[in-house]
Amino acid sequence: MSGFNDIFEQCSWDETSRSIYSKTAADVERALSARRRTLEDFKALISPAAAPYLEQMAQISQQLTLKRFGRVVQMYVPLYLSNECNNICTYCGFSYDNKVKRKTLSPMEIMQEVAVIKEMGFDHVLLVTGEANQSVHTDYFKKVLELIGPHFSHISMEVQPLDLTDYEELRSYGLNTVLVYQETYHEEDYKKHHPKGKKSNFQYRLETPDRLGQAGIHKIGLGVLIGLEDWRTDSFYTAMHLDYLEKTYWQSKYSISFPRLRPFSGGLEPKVVMNDRELVQLICAYRLFNEEVELSISTRESNLFRDNIIKLGITAMSAGSKTNPGGYAVEPQSLEQFEISDERSALEIAEMISKQGYEAVWKDWDNALREELK
Amino acid sequence: MLKIADKIFNSRLFTGTGKFNSAIQMEEALLASGSELVTVALKRVDMHTDEDDILLHLKYPHINLLPNTSGVRNANEAIFAAQIAREALETNWIKLEIHPDPKYLMPDPIETLKATEELVKLGFIVLPYIHADPVLCKRLEDVGTAAVMPLGSPIGSNKGLKTIDFLEIIINQSNVPVIIDAGIGAPSDAAKAMEIGADAVLVNTAIAVSGNPIQMAKAFKIAVEAGRMAYKAKLGAIGSHAIASSPLTSFLD
Repeated sequence: MSGFNDIFEQCSWDETSRSIYSKTAADVERALSARRRTLEDFKALISPAAAPYLEQMAQISQQLTLKRFGRVVQMYVPLYLSNECNNICTYCGFSYDNKVKRKTLSPMEIMQEVAVIKEMGFDHVLLVTGEANQSVHTDYFKKVLELIGPHFSHISMEVQPLDLTDYEELRSYGLNTVLVYQETYHEEDYKKHHPKGKKSNFQYRLETPDRLGQAGIHKIGLGVLIGLEDWRTDSFYTAMHLDYLEKTYWQSKYSISFPRLRPFSGGLEPKVVMNDRELVQLICAYRLFNEEVELSISTRESNLFRDNIIKLGITAMSAGSKTNPGGYAVEPQSLEQFEISDERSALEIAEMISKQGYEAVWKDWDNALREELK
Repeated sequence: MLKIADKIFNSRLFTGTGKFNSAIQMEEALLASGSELVTVALKRVDMHTDEDDILLHLKYPHINLLPNTSGVRNANEAIFAAQIAREALETNWIKLEIHPDPKYLMPDPIETLKATEELVKLGFIVLPYIHADPVLCKRLEDVGTAAVMPLGSPIGSNKGLKTIDFLEIIINQSNVPVIIDAGIGAPSDAAKAMEIGADAVLVNTAIAVSGNPIQMAKAFKIAVEAGRMAYKAKLGAIGSHAIASSPLTSFLD
């Protein structure tokens, strides 16, 4: 079946990279003044040539974001269900070869975590697991969705890629959103970072957003792990993927994240370091390229960065996050997937958002709108 | 005065509740607008509590709630959502928004017609958000719509009345109130909509994300009143060319 893979195969990493790095100030100026911007414009906006135009990009990004999304920031929180994982990923704390205590939350433990999360004010939860098909599989997810469904109006998932029929089934159990990050679109490098486990199958992962679109998942989240490869080239592939998906699965919404590699015990040093200025450039470039896409920022980023990025194009934010299963109530001391940077509570974040002249929005979906769930 | 179904409205400015930076700011702006019909997205309100922040700030005798189905993708989902709204918010008024396309939020004409027909049978007062399509407006009338809400330009775009030629046809042949929804970016757009004979306008983004939502709400209030007054007073004809000094028809004199 045809999918993004067809487009991907026609595209060479090296040529794409060269094309980005050869963009000039004139290309950037043309992109800035365009009415609707193309993928070539996006290349110019993420290129080194756009660095001197950062303030102008930020101004446009702010205006476009206000117009579409208003003075609000959507709030969500991750709920780590399991750190069991059969994959080796060189950058991840849950990697199979990392000697840590493994845990998958039981229904009772999940409800203990949920109670704390609800107390924090959240109504949108992001379920996270590793990839362990012996314990964390579609049946487990179905049970979790049934269990927590009554407590949240929006449930997102960031788990291993699944088959089309799994997604269709989970959707009927109330799953709204699926995030699946490609990590990197550089195929050889991908294989180096994922030497063992199902995740080493680059193609299957690349085709996952197609399956999500076919399954009619409401919102699909894309991204790469910044630090593995040249971020400009990887981000261009992400934008190209987004563009293809929007045109093909036009009934789904899309969101983009830009996780920068964070330290964890025994982990890999980033190959490429992206500084704050460059991350702002990337965020603004996405907004200028696509006025409607949701842009999300996690607690990986510092307080200072998060406080200031709200006005520049971000539409969703996590807060008070724990990245270990049981982190909120059951077993707060267990090993984290990565160290978070912004450790403020959800309430503190909401106050900070309000000080910026924005409102934290906790609820933006309702299962009353889903006829299939009645 | 404007009458929709059994309700009389003194204000022809309808408003939305999204995109404000707080519920308090929303409340102040909506009070300044004088609006008597305020649309609320079901997805944003918590219908299981009496203490929803948005609803608490809309408790005024002159403000009628118009729940909307924003987020649904087909007629069945819309009908289901409307029933939940009727129960939770105790109103049979519903703003029907069916946009299967979450990027441009374009309304689906086929599903909208289907849902309107069904909801009218279920006793709802239906106000459907639609493209500026004159034939669709007549079809909606046939199935009992209470009003039509054609768009001026893409929702949230602030681009004004890009569909004006079609809006004029709709206004000209409509037997139900015509409310211009979506795209109205400035008070001058609202005034223009009223001048061409719209019965009302619905404004949200242009108020909520302006530099001063309260002042902007007042400006829209005045613009809508001015536009309506101008419509009733009948505008003079627009002359595009001067009177020729050697008239072609002088030989007839």
